[in-house]
Amino acid sequence: MKNLIIIMLLLSFISACSELGERGGNKNSGNDPYADITESSLAYFSNSIGDTVLFTVNQSSLTSDAREILTSQVAWIKENGVGTVTIEGHADEQGTREYNLALGARRATAVRNYLVSQGISEDILSVVTYGKERPLKICSEESCWSKNRRSVTAISGESGS
Amino acid sequence: MILVLRCLDNFMPRYMSLLKVIFIKIFILIPYIVQSQESVPTLELEVTEGVIEPISMALPKFVLEKDANSYIAEEVISVISNDLVNTGFFRIIPQQAYISVMTNINAPPRFADWKAINASIMLAGAISVSGGKVSLKFRLWDVLAQKAIVKGIKYEGPISSIRRMSHKVADKVYEGVTGEGRYFDSRIVFVSERGSKDNRSKRLAIMDHDGENIEYLTDSDSIVLAPRFSPDAKKILYTSYRSGKPRVYLMDLRTKKIQNFAELPGMTFAPRFSPDGNRIVLSITLNGNTDIFIVNLLTGKKIRLTKSIAIDTAPSFSPSGNRVVFESDRGGSQQIYVINTNGGKANRISFGKGRYGTPVWSPRGDMVAFTKMNKGKFHIGAMRVDGSQERILTSSFLDEGPAWSPNGRVIAFFRETSGPKGAPSLYTVDVTGRNMRKIDIGTYASDPAWSPLLE
Repeated sequence: MKNLIIIMLLLSFISACSELGERGGNKNSGNDPYADITESSLAYFSNSIGDTVLFTVNQSSLTSDAREILTSQVAWIKENGVGTVTIEGHADEQGTREYNLALGARRATAVRNYLVSQGISEDILSVVTYGKERPLKICSEESCWSKNRRSVTAISGESGS
Repeated sequence: MILVLRCLDNFMPRYMSLLKVIFIKIFILIPYIVQSQESVPTLELEVTEGVIEPISMALPKFVLEKDANSYIAEEVISVISNDLVNTGFFRIIPQQAYISVMTNINAPPRFADWKAINASIMLAGAISVSGGKVSLKFRLWDVLAQKAIVKGIKYEGPISSIRRMSHKVADKVYEGVTGEGRYFDSRIVFVSERGSKDNRSKRLAIMDHDGENIEYLTDSDSIVLAPRFSPDAKKILYTSYRSGKPRVYLMDLRTKKIQNFAELPGMTFAPRFSPDGNRIVLSITLNGNTDIFIVNLLTGKKIRLTKSIAIDTAPSFSPSGNRVVFESDRGGSQQIYVINTNGGKANRISFGKGRYGTPVWSPRGDMVAFTKMNKGKFHIGAMRVDGSQERILTSSFLDEGPAWSPNGRVIAFFRETSGPKGAPSLYTVDVTGRNMRKIDIGTYASDPAWSPLLE
C-alpha cells in the first residue's frame, strides 16, 4: 500500500514536470500527430511551428520562448508566402472586460512589431484583440489562465506557393 | 405613528439631513403635510448596517371599475408588490389577513381595520378599462396618522402598458415613503449569453428593470459588448465585432438601425454618452496603445483626452459633463483617475489594496462605483469622487461592471461563476451593500446598463 502511494506521488510529479515543459504550440514534440502533414500547410504552421505564444499576468512583453516561436513563424511565412496575417491578442478571465481588450491589443501589437522587426511586411499584418472573450481553456485555474494569455498568428490566403 | 429610516450612510449628505429630520419627528411628531407630494416623509424605515425593519404595507386588490377584470388587477398588484419588496424596505401583508374589503377608493379607508393587522401604510387603488385604455387611480395612506402620503394620482394608457403603469405606481409609493428618487419605471440593456465558456455567443437585449419584457436587439453572429443608454433612453452605444474587430456602434432602439456617428481609426470600445447626449467618450486603440477620446456628435470632431503609453479605458462622464472618471495602469497597476474634459492632469482617486477598474459616476454626482480586484477576488464597490470612504459591496470569484439605478441608490452588476461551467448572471445590490438580489431571467447575462427614468 505504502509503495503504491509512493509510485502515485512519483507519477504525479513526473506529469507535473511534463506540463511545465509544455509550450504554447506543441513545437517539435516527439510523437507529433501532425508529423505527416506537409510543411507548407497551415495545419503544419499552427501545430508544428506553433501559432500561439504565451504571456505572463498583465504583461505584453515577449519571453525568450515566445521570440523563438515567432522567429520560426517568420521563417515559415517567408518560406511559404501568405496573403494576410492577423495577430489575435487574448487575456485570461482574471481582469475586467475593457482592460482585457486593451491588454489583448498590447499583446497582439507586441507580436506584430516583432514580426515586422524580423522582416515581415507591415502591409500584410493586422491585429485584433479579443480580450477575455475567446478563452482556449475553460477551467478557472492558473493551468488554464496561462494558456489563455496568448497571441495567435492567424494566416489566411497562402499567396506564394 | 412613526417608522424610522436611519440610513447610516454617513458618506451621503442627503441621508444625514434625513437623520436630523427623523430625530425631530421621533420626538416632536410633526403632523404630516397632506397637500404636498414632495414633502418630507413621515414614514421612514429603520436601516442600520445589515439589519432592516421593513415597513409593513397593506396592498389590497385594486377596485374593479368599468370593464376591468381581476386578471389585470392581479398583474398590477404583482408588479407593485415585487418592486417594493425587492427594495428590502417593504413587507406586504398577505391578502388573507385583510379585514376590510375596498369597494370605493374615494372614501377614506376604515383605518381601524388596517391598524388591526399592523399595517403602517395602505395603498388604495382602482382600475377601469374603456376602449382599449386602462386607467389606474390610487392613494397611499398612512394608517396611524390617517392621512394620505401620496394623494390621488391617475395614470392612463393602453392595456399593453399595464406593467409600466404599475411600476409608476410603485415608484410613487417608494418615493413617498423613502424620500428617495424613483427608479422602477426604467429599463436595463445587457448582453444575453449562451453556449459553453469557450464557445459563447452574445447578443444585445433590453428588458424592464425587473427582468420582464425581454427583447433582443441583435443576433448572435458577432460578439457584442457593454451597451450604454443615451440620456433620453432612445439610443444605445455598444461594441460589436461585426467588422471583425471591436468597434463602437450607435443604435436607435425604436428602429434597431445602426447610425454612423464618426469616422474613427483603429479598434474602439468602452463608449458612454455625455449627460447632455451630445458627446461620446470612448477608448481608441492605435498601434497597441489605448487612450481616451471625446467625440462631439454635433460636429463630428474628436479630441484626445489622454496621451499616456499606458492603458487608459472605461471612461464615464460626471453628471455635469465637465469631468471624466476612467481607469489606467499608468502608475504600474490598474487604478481609477479623474480628469477634466478640457484636459490637464489626471488625478488618481483609488488608493486601497488591489486593482480598480470600470469606474462609473453616480447620477447623483457624489460617488463612483467600481470593480475591485484583490487577492483573487472581485468586488463591486463605491467611493466618494475624491476616493474617500471606499465601501465594498460584494465579493465573489468574478463580480464586474457596476451600473447605477436612475436614483443612484442601487447598483446592477454581473457575477460570473468559476470553472468550466462558469456563467454570468445579473444582480442588483443596494448602495449600502445590503439586499443583493439576482435578476432571474433564465439566461446567462452580463454587462448591464440602467436607463434613466423613463418619461
